[in-house]
Amino acid sequence: MPAVEVSQLRKLYGDHEALRGISFEIEEGEVFGLLGPNGAGKTTTVEILEGYRRRDGGEVRVLGVDPEEDGPAFRERVGIVLQSSAMYQSLTVAEHVALFAGYYRRPRDMDEVIELVGLTAKRDARVKTLSGGQRRRLDLALGLIGDPELLFLDEPTTGFDPAARRAAWDMIRSLRALGKTVLLTTHYLDEAEQLADRVAVLREGRIVALGAPAQLVGGSAETEIRFRLDGQEHVVKTREPTRVLHELTGKALAEGRELEDLRVRRPTLEEIYLSLTEEGEEAEVRA
Amino acid sequence: MRLLLHQLRNEQRLFWRSRELAFFTFALPIVFFVLLGSVYGGDRIEGVRGSSYLLAGLLGYGLSATTFAGLAIVTVIRREDGILKRLRGTPLPAWAYLGAVLASTLLVYALQTACLILLGHLLFDTPIPQRWLSLALALLVGGLAFAALGLALTAAVRSAEGSSAVVNAVYLPMAFISGSFFSPHSFPGFLEAIAEVLPLTYFIDLVRDIVLAHRPIWQSWEPVAVIAAWGAVGLLAALRWFRWQPRQG
Repeated sequence: MPAVEVSQLRKLYGDHEALRGISFEIEEGEVFGLLGPNGAGKTTTVEILEGYRRRDGGEVRVLGVDPEEDGPAFRERVGIVLQSSAMYQSLTVAEHVALFAGYYRRPRDMDEVIELVGLTAKRDARVKTLSGGQRRRLDLALGLIGDPELLFLDEPTTGFDPAARRAAWDMIRSLRALGKTVLLTTHYLDEAEQLADRVAVLREGRIVALGAPAQLVGGSAETEIRFRLDGQEHVVKTREPTRVLHELTGKALAEGRELEDLRVRRPTLEEIYLSLTEEGEEAEVRA
Repeated sequence: MRLLLHQLRNEQRLFWRSRELAFFTFALPIVFFVLLGSVYGGDRIEGVRGSSYLLAGLLGYGLSATTFAGLAIVTVIRREDGILKRLRGTPLPAWAYLGAVLASTLLVYALQTACLILLGHLLFDTPIPQRWLSLALALLVGGLAFAALGLALTAAVRSAEGSSAVVNAVYLPMAFISGSFFSPHSFPGFLEAIAEVLPLTYFIDLVRDIVLAHRPIWQSWEPVAVIAAWGAVGLLAALRWFRWQPRQG
């Protein structure tokens, strides 16, 4: 049974259609990335799956139950890390973890969780003395303390510096070793590429691409050929690079001219992502 | 029940660690009592000694400071910080959270009441109440009613920054007009008219009946009914408008 099943999910805010019928599944043990620019519907989607918001249409099953209807029993099995860290300023790291551990029937070992997020040295520090990155790590510890089967991470590294982000990535990778299913939202492509087994790219409430990060690149076939001729820059985009390149170079050879600065390249995931999320056209890429 | 006690322990820890809150809700009514009692505790107000009259008034002020103002401010701040939302994502049920917050607030108020009564007795020779059960019941009814009103008020506050301002704008005039610090009978007519509607006026009357006149609570059904009615209004408003999440898109 998949950990998460979503089909034709819709959400309206007044007249605005925030989600226009999205469908995807997340397998048990999978790290799944929801990727997209701000306002694409990522947080709306996860908050519906977490049970915070009601849907206006479609079916949702999370760990086999409807999050709208199931209460504490459902929340016993999921870990939630919201977009902004919310904590009591005057409690210490260890006090927070102990407080949240008390909410669950079978919590994980406290010290182990504090160790996992790398806050052992800070266990008796109050939250108000922690840096932003340390708070985020404590937040993750609070999401993990109930030993959830499924963990939601809403933009876990937004606002991090590169070193802190890399540390967070290592931590999220270690969750996979624990066998957790993880749903991660991010607007950073490299983050999804680094962490997720599969990603869904959201744009304006629709899924415009779904698959393994590498497959997304493979699926979009336009290869770019660039060169300069008579001082003028030429760019050719083609799905048949071999033929086009042969023709171009054959013609240049026949005319005895040089294609200056000739380059052939595959689009990076970054470019595919941008074309999916920014251009007006409906680029459907399904891998 | 285990969850409620777990959360109650946490609420107590948070309350006493938050020095500003502990000062304004717990200590300030005691400080006011000592100050005002020293100034005109020896006067006679409405036939009783000033200090005794003040004791009832400040038990009322303490009630509005702890169960109404303090509860409302903390709840707004937690809501806007996203702490309430975070808690809703754990197995902690809403009733256990609200029950623990309420129990913690009532505990602080009970302690404050004990301090006021003891200090009054030591410094100003005010009477020690004999109707303990009646007093406890009065505090409970008042505490629940004002907590319901406080939770209802949180719906009217939009931001954490605004919480102190809005709450103070409501509860300080209320405490003043209801006669926490002076007798409302010396007020001009329009203030007296407002005082006759406010629940705190009735709570102070009730406490005065119990502590000073040693009357049991069942002989003062009228103030109890008014306080309970206000509490019911607060409860309905809270059920209708209370939010767990900060306002956002």
